[in-house]
Amino acid sequence: MRKKLLIHLAMVLVIPGFLLTVSCAKKTIRSETSLTQEDDAAAQAAAEKAREEELAEQRAIEEQRLKEESERMAAARDMFSSEDIFFEFDSAVLLAEAQEILRKKAEWLINNPEAAATIEGHCDERGTNEYNLALGERRAESAKAFLVDLGVQGSRLSCISYGEERPVDPAHNEEAWAKNRRGHFIIN
Amino acid sequence: MKYYSIKTIGLIALAYVMIGTGICGAGYDYIDITQPFLRKIPIAIPVFKKVYPDDATDRLSRTASDLLAETLDFTGYFKILDRGAFLVDMQAVAALANVNFHNWTSIGAELLVTGGGLVQGDQVEMELRLYDTFKEKMLVGKRYKGLIKDQRKIIRRFCSEIIFFLTGDKGIFNSEIAFVSNGTGNKEIYICEFDGYSPRQVTHLNSITLSPAWSSDGKWLAYTSYAKGKPDLYIKHLREKRGTVISKKGINITPAWVPNQFALAASLSFSGDPEIYLLTGTGKVINKLTQNRGIDLSPTWSPDGKQMAFVSKRSGTPQIYIKNIASGEERRLTFQGRYNTQPSWSPKGDKVAYSGMEGGRNNIFVIGSDGQGPIQLTQDQGDNEAPSWSPDASLIVFSSTREGPSRIYVMTAYGTDQRRLLALKGEQTEPDWSPGLVNK
Repeated sequence: MRKKLLIHLAMVLVIPGFLLTVSCAKKTIRSETSLTQEDDAAAQAAAEKAREEELAEQRAIEEQRLKEESERMAAARDMFSSEDIFFEFDSAVLLAEAQEILRKKAEWLINNPEAAATIEGHCDERGTNEYNLALGERRAESAKAFLVDLGVQGSRLSCISYGEERPVDPAHNEEAWAKNRRGHFIIN
Repeated sequence: MKYYSIKTIGLIALAYVMIGTGICGAGYDYIDITQPFLRKIPIAIPVFKKVYPDDATDRLSRTASDLLAETLDFTGYFKILDRGAFLVDMQAVAALANVNFHNWTSIGAELLVTGGGLVQGDQVEMELRLYDTFKEKMLVGKRYKGLIKDQRKIIRRFCSEIIFFLTGDKGIFNSEIAFVSNGTGNKEIYICEFDGYSPRQVTHLNSITLSPAWSSDGKWLAYTSYAKGKPDLYIKHLREKRGTVISKKGINITPAWVPNQFALAASLSFSGDPEIYLLTGTGKVINKLTQNRGIDLSPTWSPDGKQMAFVSKRSGTPQIYIKNIASGEERRLTFQGRYNTQPSWSPKGDKVAYSGMEGGRNNIFVIGSDGQGPIQLTQDQGDNEAPSWSPDASLIVFSSTREGPSRIYVMTAYGTDQRRLLALKGEQTEPDWSPGLVNK
């Protein structure tokens, strides 16, 4: 008895409900169509604008990336020519720190295959001018050999010795001398 | 009774005569060649006598006698006596030949130089005499005629005569010294006369130019210059505008001419390692003289050209070695000190001067070419480097920083009488003494 009542109640509620939604839906469809037709242009404009903004943003990101890239490259190039390697007195032996720096230089050279470089060998003022010319030469050649061993083509590197003729620090003390006993790199 | 036979007496007498004339004739009792600077000979050089009392002659008399005194003083053999002590006024003496030797021996003069000068227009005439005051005899007498501007040449020529008489060697008065100076802002080569007079700039390369080397005929100069961007070896004729440039890859340094040949040794690193090569004067490689890993440089030749001393790092630190060219044999010369470079072989052949560094300071040493020694010639006075011998091996020129900036200094071969040769703007280094020059 109760089941029948419930079913009748549900039907009373649901069927008109369906009717109503159908009619509502009809109504809605009718209104959407009219909306699209009216606001199509605006929507298109908005979409355009959104696309442009996105493009601009992408360009900006790209530019930023390129800028950072070139800054990185300039910094690496700069470091190649500004970072010197240093030697002990009367020696052309490459110490651990010098080898580290040379590895970075080798990396740069490999990443920049069109670049050629000159390696300058320098000495401190002690000792005699001629001997220091030869020692400076040994220092430059020593650095070159190390780079070649790391895969840099020898033909891209040239060496020159300045002996004690071009100190960076003209003072007559151990501090100055240590700065002058160097291998210096120039990008041709 | 014992009689000495006539023969024995005769032989003894002959021996005395020979020894006697031997000593007096050659003059080598004046300067002991084994220790020439141990005792300086007191010599008096009064102002020359004016033959005519005019101003020009007056000037000549003073400058010429002063120059003579200066020039003889330079040799280190003499003690020039102060004119204030002289008892004689040469102008009052009637004739040059009238010498009252007692006036000179009493003030301690053993040698006396008198001169008479005369100026006529731009011509000058001089008569110069060297006397032994104790023996009371003239040893050398010469008369010269020339232009006024040549009076320095005349005085030097007479000094050569004096030295030749006393030592048997012509001496150094016709020699010059090449050196490096950076007064222009760049290191260039200069040349001055043996006593530092008349320095003149010889290269104008506006770069770094180093280590001048005279050929043994005095006509060519070799040196290293960065004029073309790297250390190349230049070989230039000093009078005529010709020469060669050796610009092989790497360094081309430390030229040293072979005595009496148009050839030189130099250190070239084109093989990847600095080695010494023998080259023609036109720059062609004749021969490779050293063969070992490590630095080889700074050759210097024995006067007979048969041996070459050089610097090598083959034993770990720079030391001096000698190579016999014919046999190829090499032996080490220096065993004292950890850093010996810049050898210079004495023109007499018996010694090698070099620069030895100890405790960060460089000093000049001399070692026998047989290894005897070494003797240290400079000490506690700055850095002393780059020794080079005078052509008669009596003096050594070198660079010294004892005053602060590097200057050219001269000393006797025994290290006495160290004095500055000249001072130019900037710093002077790397002197090389020429051989005795013709046409001087």
